[in-house]
Amino acid sequence: MDASAILFYVISVLLVLSSLMVVFLRNVVHCALALVVALFLIAILFVMLHAPMVGVLQVLVYAGAIMVLFLFVIMFLNPTAAEPRPKLWWGFGSLAALLLAASLAALLSNGGAPADPVAATEIFGSPSTLAKSLFTDFVLPFEITSVLLLVAIIGAVVLAKREP
Amino acid sequence: MVPLDYYLILGAVIFAIGVIGVLVRRNLIVVLMSIELILNAVNLTFIAFSRYLGSMQGQVIVFFVMAVAAAEAVIGLAIVISVFRHRRSLDPQEMQLLKW
Amino acid sequence: MIVDIGIVAVKAFLVLFMVLNLAGILGWIERKGSALIQDRIGANRASVLGFAGMGLVNTLVADPLKFLTKEDFVPSQGDKFLHTLAPCMALFTALVTFAVIPFGDVLVLGERVINLQVANLNIGILYVFAIGSLGVYGIVIGAWASNNKFSLLGGVRGSAQMISYEVAMGLSVIGILMVFGTLELQEIARGQGTLIRDMLPESAGFLKSTIGWLPAWGIFLQPLAFLLFFTAAVAETKRIPFDLPEGESELVAGYHVEYSGGKFLMFFAGEFAEIVTAAGLMTTLFFGGWQVPYLMRDGFHFPWGETVLLPHLAVTALQVAAFTLKVIFFCWLQILLRWSVPRFRYDQVMRLGWKMLLPLALLNVIVTAIVIIALQ
Repeated sequence: MDASAILFYVISVLLVLSSLMVVFLRNVVHCALALVVALFLIAILFVMLHAPMVGVLQVLVYAGAIMVLFLFVIMFLNPTAAEPRPKLWWGFGSLAALLLAASLAALLSNGGAPADPVAATEIFGSPSTLAKSLFTDFVLPFEITSVLLLVAIIGAVVLAKREP
Repeated sequence: MVPLDYYLILGAVIFAIGVIGVLVRRNLIVVLMSIELILNAVNLTFIAFSRYLGSMQGQVIVFFVMAVAAAEAVIGLAIVISVFRHRRSLDPQEMQLLKW
Repeated sequence: MIVDIGIVAVKAFLVLFMVLNLAGILGWIERKGSALIQDRIGANRASVLGFAGMGLVNTLVADPLKFLTKEDFVPSQGDKFLHTLAPCMALFTALVTFAVIPFGDVLVLGERVINLQVANLNIGILYVFAIGSLGVYGIVIGAWASNNKFSLLGGVRGSAQMISYEVAMGLSVIGILMVFGTLELQEIARGQGTLIRDMLPESAGFLKSTIGWLPAWGIFLQPLAFLLFFTAAVAETKRIPFDLPEGESELVAGYHVEYSGGKFLMFFAGEFAEIVTAAGLMTTLFFGGWQVPYLMRDGFHFPWGETVLLPHLAVTALQVAAFTLKVIFFCWLQILLRWSVPRFRYDQVMRLGWKMLLPLALLNVIVTAIVIIALQ
């Protein structure tokens, strides 16, 4: 059991715990912060999987910008009404999710993928390799994504504007 | 190096936790956060496959998923803000105007 | 294996030691320097055995003791856990950024070559921006957990300002990344050791004769980017002229109004550590980092042909000293700026960030691209 396996187990336990905190905590701000922790742990997993560029983008974009936006909205709206928690609902929901997780895990465990990773070259997952793929093979989705982001900005401004 | 199945099972578990959040929570913002959890579980699966199969395509796809998730979170939160202005409540159960 | 971990631990300890000490000394320079600028004496009452050291004892001994012995409270309706977490996050992100800033070239001990940088990541500068974007949380959480309208207002203003200027900061650095072709900070610092005339092709004879003898520092290659980065970095650290979030005369100290004692000391130390980090980034990206002009690994190679050979340890010591001096110079510059200009109004801050810095940064990228293609 080498160091990376121990690290994986520790991080996955913490990740499942913080995801459960996102879903089960009462205070919305605490849920948002638990999600930040979960995103950061997933970024660590990305770096362990030889994807440092995607990992740092996860911290920059997801944990650093999107979650700040969530916190802003929570603070502005400041909802004080406590949400009702019917027990039957929660029981059913948890059961359904458990069934989903079990079936997914069973489906995914017998795939034909190799159990051990292909030996990674030094540049696998580095910024230069990712950029090369992005600007040669995937240049059309890249341009479409930039238009998509522009549409999202305009849409958000129009939707959230206060009527004068 | 842990076998690939462990990463996939972890992804499935987080996906299921996100699904609980979407189905059961009665606060629109927490529903949106659970959707982000689901998207991240998918990202984790993509990156795990990308590593174990030795192909960069998984990482490029994750890049696009992140951009789309950002756009979706922004628009979702804008909608939440405008809904809150009208109804003063974030409970999805109370937004039933379109129900027959 | 153990030796490798030991070497990294020693480097990390050295860097933390330098940053935290510099943060403390900067507190003293700020009080005494501001007193000199404003033609007054400043704090000079606290003394140990009759030695008051121009306010040194006051700032470095009396102030921390005062902070640490004050009552540590949480506002009654405030969130206890978050109230304690916020200053920890602010200080943590300010200190951790220094892990990728190189403070020297290499140190050769026997047959072991030690790279004088705590962590050599291949994503280099993106790590700095990622940790910077996590730094917003300290403000946001601190403002929310204080359960105070002024605090919330200051926190929201502060975080909006920080995320706006993060964009400008990132875009202004792209020019440097294009010129040196790498994200790693140690490679950027090493790349600034070449002379400009070695970077230009044969066709640019005119440029070679006029400025070819300069070392290829970022400030000569990207002057506009330096101005943009300096402005954005000062705005990120929320120093005057951008300190409306903490506005001491308007918002009653903004987001840290409900903090006292050790937690306030952490916010305070975090702010000074951010000054040191911003100075470190400016030297590495634009002023050659640890480079002394014309000093190569074996000695001085002046452009007019003369060579002075030096032993390896002397070269390394010179380079580390050069880095430290440059960082101290930029810290002093930021403190000078603080006591010289008034603060911006909030709408002026937002307009500057989005309508002036951002288009200028994009223009810089385009012009850099055109020049690079033209010179190939």
